[in-house]
Amino acid sequence: MNIHEYQAKEILATFDVPVPRGRVAVTADQVERKAKMLGGRCVVKAQIYAGGRGKAGGVQVAHHPEQAHEIAKEMFGKRLVTHQTGPEGLKVRRILVEETIEVGREYYLSITLDRETSRYCLIASSEGGINIEEVAEHTPDKIHTLTIDPYTGLRAYQARGIAHKLGFTGSIAEDCVQLMLNLYRCCLEKDCSLLEINPLVVTKSGWLLALDAKINFDDNAIFRHWEYHEMQDYSQMDPLEISAAKFDLAYIKLDGNIGCMVNGAGLAMATLDVLKENSGEPANFLDVGGGATREKVAEAFKIILQDKDVEAVFVNIFGGIMRCDVIAQGIIEAAEEIDCKLPIVVRMDGSQVEEGKALLTKSGLNVQCADFLGDGARRIVAMMQNDDSQTVDQ
Amino acid sequence: MSILINKESKIIVQGMTGKTGMFHTRECRDYGSNIVAGVTPGKGGIHIDGIPVFDTMEEAVRITGANVSMIFVPPPGAADAILEACDAGVDLVVCITEGVPVRDMVLARQVVADSKTRLVGPNCPGLITPGECKIGIMPGYIHKPGKIGVVSRSGTLTYEAVKQLTDVGLGQSTCVGIGGDPIIGLKFIDVLELFNNDPDTEGVLMIGEIGGSAEEDAAEWVKENMTKPVAGFIAGQTAPPGKRMGHAGAIISGGKGRAEDKIAAMSACGITVSTSPTTMGEAMLEALAKADNS
Repeated sequence: MNIHEYQAKEILATFDVPVPRGRVAVTADQVERKAKMLGGRCVVKAQIYAGGRGKAGGVQVAHHPEQAHEIAKEMFGKRLVTHQTGPEGLKVRRILVEETIEVGREYYLSITLDRETSRYCLIASSEGGINIEEVAEHTPDKIHTLTIDPYTGLRAYQARGIAHKLGFTGSIAEDCVQLMLNLYRCCLEKDCSLLEINPLVVTKSGWLLALDAKINFDDNAIFRHWEYHEMQDYSQMDPLEISAAKFDLAYIKLDGNIGCMVNGAGLAMATLDVLKENSGEPANFLDVGGGATREKVAEAFKIILQDKDVEAVFVNIFGGIMRCDVIAQGIIEAAEEIDCKLPIVVRMDGSQVEEGKALLTKSGLNVQCADFLGDGARRIVAMMQNDDSQTVDQ
Repeated sequence: MSILINKESKIIVQGMTGKTGMFHTRECRDYGSNIVAGVTPGKGGIHIDGIPVFDTMEEAVRITGANVSMIFVPPPGAADAILEACDAGVDLVVCITEGVPVRDMVLARQVVADSKTRLVGPNCPGLITPGECKIGIMPGYIHKPGKIGVVSRSGTLTYEAVKQLTDVGLGQSTCVGIGGDPIIGLKFIDVLELFNNDPDTEGVLMIGEIGGSAEEDAAEWVKENMTKPVAGFIAGQTAPPGKRMGHAGAIISGGKGRAEDKIAAMSACGITVSTSPTTMGEAMLEALAKADNS
């Protein structure tokens, strides 16, 4: 789960990580008032669930409150397009107004999960403020990593080693050590899957400060942090993805026109692959869960059809233990409820598969049943082409 | 022969008395698995379907002599259940539970790694030695006893792969779903090594996904160590970057974990890669044929 920069900084501040003074605002007037409170000169930062804001004009310095108002007005009015948002961009609904900082040097610091060692790992670099993947590619010797033993946790001596590698000495080195220890404590207590400070800066007056911050929470741990639900900014998410999440369905909107419903993430990805192989374009990724139930199948079907781009639906359920006749019943009920006339191909496997197929065949829906994965993909593409040619004939 | 489980396996189900736990306990028992006990704190002393329920793993293992545990405990208690099973000294823990917090797993995995216990999962379909023993939620009937080992990060895609193997006439020695989470017990390499040492496994089908570098690492290992033919498939070839495709593990970020890189790495290491999810069975046949000719 993603949160905004200002929320990440609020959390970090509670773990004694120094951050710039700042306030969040939702209107241009508010931005102007907050700018005044900060003494006039300030940084206006668009809050979106994506990085690369600086280059896209999402972070600007205002020299006086009126200018902050102007910048904010423009930001609120448009969708911000960065290299991480995709061409459609993201709406700016919140702006962080922050004091300006005289930056001396920039560093990079993060804690994330290292799958290879199955441990948390601290990553630090003296090259901050830029894309860390590029640093890793071009100057890997400037990246320092430390995998953290889950028994001992991050120890002060280890953090000191990293601080020295970054070139810190004296009291600021000890500040940096404390900051890293606090960051690790935050990572565990808040169940973060990523905690990133880029850049971590030393100000011209010699203070350490988290100038930008990003936190991702572990979705699996949200049950023990009920406050996270309130932190979620739904304006940054696709509305269909939000309604899918309510029913515990994993849904991702894609660019094509064939709606897909599959049980299991791996099989769902493979289904998209096989559609593309047959020149079909999937409209979405949708995983109804390994053990698909009738209710979930029905809800999933409705969500797929809310997408106006969908012109056909491909269902691929490897039921196994879930009975196919029950799945078929779920599809039929949902399709009838919303009066779906679109071509549908259902590929089911599992127990009671013949009963399931019989139900679908006599349902009166525009449906075909497929025996194999490849067969299903070919059928749905063919059904759409037939549809198109009929339209042309008329 | 097989790996990890066979008809001698004596199984305890942690979280057996829940709805899902009970359903799959019955399915496994009907398949022929030897379920000797259930563990649910607070329900010790009762019997369900003739299976005794204990309060603790320690007691259940001591009394029944079980050597395998299958876990259906919900996410908040799942890591604790893994630790309890490990402490009770079973050889194998199979954690089916989906949604276990990463922080819990980082510690639990380390404790397991430092013990004699092996862990499969979490967030996995479990494992099956066809005709002998099923410890998991996969449909038993698609499997057929034979000589192909299957190892996969996915659930239902594994069923698809197994069905294709069975359809082309290839039975399976053991099928292991290692799970789709970022922190798991046995990884591809661990399972490949077991298959390599199993005299009755003649070839391995390996099903991967986008995200991480486990498949690349496994491919390197295959090149250096594997004496048996390996076929493979990677799901997510058409996935858009940066999107989370259902599994926490399956995310392509920072140009890492892309399907094409994995496929290239696997091919370069001598693995026969099926580019389509519809030809996984054929790819295995091809890999076996290549090995015969060389």
